Amino acid sequence: MELSSIYTELIMEHSRSSRNRRLLEEKDREERGHNPNCGDDITLQIKFAGGKIDDLAFTGSGCAISQASTSIMIDLIKGKGKEEALELIDIFLRLIKGDGLTEEEEEKLGEAVVLKNISYMPARVKCAVLAWHTLKELIKS
Amino acid sequence: MSRVALNYIYNENARTRRPIIINKEMGNKINPYLLKKDFPVFQDKVDGRELIYLDNAATTQKPYTVIEAVRKYSQQFHGNPHRGAHYLSVKATELYDQARQKVREFIKARSAKEIIFTRNTTEAINLVAYSYGMNFIDEGDEIVLSIAEHHSNILPWQQVARSRRARLKYMYLDEDGRLSKDEVKSKITERTKLVCLTHMSNVLGTIFPVREIIEYAHQKGALVLIDGAQGIPHVEVDVQELNADFYVFSGHKMLGPMGIGVLYAREELLEVMPPFLSGGDMIEYVSEDTASFAPLPEKFEAGTQNVEGAVGLAAAIDYLNSIGMDKIHQHEQDLTAYALERMQGISYLTLYGPTDLEERGGIISFNVAGIHPHDLASIVDLDGIALRAGHHCAQPLMKYLQLVASCRISFYLYNTKEDIDQLIDSLDRARSWFSNGTK
Ligand SMILES: Cc1ncc(COP(=O)(O)O)c(C=O)c1O
Ligand SMILES: [Zn+2]
Repeated sequence: MELSSIYTELIMEHSRSSRNRRLLEEKDREERGHNPNCGDDITLQIKFAGGKIDDLAFTGSGCAISQASTSIMIDLIKGKGKEEALELIDIFLRLIKGDGLTEEEEEKLGEAVVLKNISYMPARVKCAVLAWHTLKELIKS
Repeated sequence: MSRVALNYIYNENARTRRPIIINKEMGNKINPYLLKKDFPVFQDKVDGRELIYLDNAATTQKPYTVIEAVRKYSQQFHGNPHRGAHYLSVKATELYDQARQKVREFIKARSAKEIIFTRNTTEAINLVAYSYGMNFIDEGDEIVLSIAEHHSNILPWQQVARSRRARLKYMYLDEDGRLSKDEVKSKITERTKLVCLTHMSNVLGTIFPVREIIEYAHQKGALVLIDGAQGIPHVEVDVQELNADFYVFSGHKMLGPMGIGVLYAREELLEVMPPFLSGGDMIEYVSEDTASFAPLPEKFEAGTQNVEGAVGLAAAIDYLNSIGMDKIHQHEQDLTAYALERMQGISYLTLYGPTDLEERGGIISFNVAGIHPHDLASIVDLDGIALRAGHHCAQPLMKYLQLVASCRISFYLYNTKEDIDQLIDSLDRARSWFSNGTK
C-alpha cells in the first residue's frame, strides 16, 4: 500500500484542522475515550437541541488517524438526530471492520469513507474507531 | 520414509545451513550480510517487501539451525521427559538436560541446579516474586526498583509490596538516562531486602552498572534480581562474576523460540524457596495429604515442560557462541555509533537516552517532530521497516520522561548500516509528506 492511500490529503488536512477542536461554551455531556496502547486520548463534548445534535467538538491528542477520524466524524454528525447518528456510527464501524458496505451506505458516510483503507491495517483500527465508540457512549448514556 | 533416509536429509540441511563462521580476512568484525543468509526470514520478501527488522528488543528472528533443531526434536525425539523408560522419553530427557547444561555454561553458573526453565522473563520474575517475595519479604522491608523497569519487573513487586506491606522505592535516572551513584546510594539502604534492576533499558538503551550496584546492595544486605531480557542477548554475562542472586531472561530475544525462558538463582536461595507451581514432575513422594518435593531444579518445574523450546534455546546459544558474544556486542556498538551519529544530525529528530557509547547498547528511542509515533511506525512499515512505537511496556518510565510514546529501533547481529540508511530515508519521506502533504 502507498503512503498516499492511507494518509490521504483529506486525512492530513483533518488531522491538522482546528475547526472542531475546541471546548463548547454550553454542553450537555462530555465523554473521554482513550487507547492506552497508542496514547490517543480525546474528549468529546455534545450539546443537544430539539432532539438533534446541535453542537459537537473535541479536545485531546493522538495520532493523525485518530485525530482526523474525530474531526471527520464531527463534520458528519453535527446537526443529525440521535437515531441517525447511531446508524452512521454503526455503518462506519462496519466499514473499518472490513465489511462490504452498500453504495448507499458509503454515500451516507460521505468523507468518512476515506478511512476505509484502515481496515487493511489491523494495528490502527483502534485509532480510527476511537471517536466513534466514544460518541456512541455519549449519545446512549 | 525410514528414519535413516530422514536423517540423511537433515544432515544435508545441517551442512548447507550451518552458521557461517566469520572468515579470517574480516578480523574481529561480523559480516551481517553473511549472517543474514542464516536467517530464512531474510531470504524471502515479507508481505511483498524486503524486510528491515529493527524490532529486536521485542523479539528476534531465528536462524535455520534453531528452526531445524526444533523440527528435528519434534520429528525424531519427542517424548515426555522424566516419565518413561522408553527410547523417546529417555531421549527427550537427555535433550532437556543438555539444554540446561548449555544454559549453565553460557551464563557460567556453578551448577545446572541453578537453571530453572520458565516460559519467559515475566514468568521467571513472578516465580521469584511469589516464591521468594511472598515468603521472605516482610512488613517494612523495602523493594528497590529502577524507574526504567519493564512492567514485568514492576507488577509482581507491586503485588508483593501490597500483600507483605513492604515498601516499593524507585531509583530515578539523570537527564541522560543513567543511574547515578548518588541515586543508588540514597535509595538502597539497610532496610532494602531486594533490588530489581534491568540490565539494559528496553526504552533508552542504557546499560546499567549492574556489577557495581549488586556489590553495593550486598554490602547493605539486600539481594538483587537482574532482568536480563535485554542483557544476555547482547553482552557476555557471567553470573558468578556479577554475583547476581537472580538473573532472568527470555529465549525469544536471543534467537530462540518463544515460550522458553530462564531463571538463574543461587542454589542456596532455591533450596529455601518453596515451589511456585505444584503438580506433576516436581515431587518425590505424594500421599493423600502431603508431598515431598523433587530436588533442584525439578522442584520449580511443575508439569510437562517445553522441551522443544529448551532444545531451540540450546541451538540459539550454539549459534551465538559460534559467532562470539564479544563480536556481537561490538557489531551492535558499531551500528549504534553510526545510527546516533546520523540521527543526531537530523533536526526534526529528538533522541532519548545516553549519548556516551560506553553506557548504552543498541536500543534507540526517538521522536519525529510533527508525527505521532504510531503514525510513523505505520508509515515506515509501508517501506518494509519493522520498528516499535508506544510506551514499550514501561509506562512509569515514559511518565517520568514526560513522554506519551516514542519510536524505538533495536539492533541485533544481522542488522547493517544500510538498514539504518534505509530507515533514515523512510523518515525523511514521512517527514516531508507530513509537512507538505506531498512526497
Ligand atoms: C527489559 C525487559 N524485561 C522483561 C521483558 C518481558 O519479556 P517476556 O515478554 O519475554 O516475558 C522485556 C521484553 O518485552 C524486556 O525488554
Ligand atoms: Zn492512534
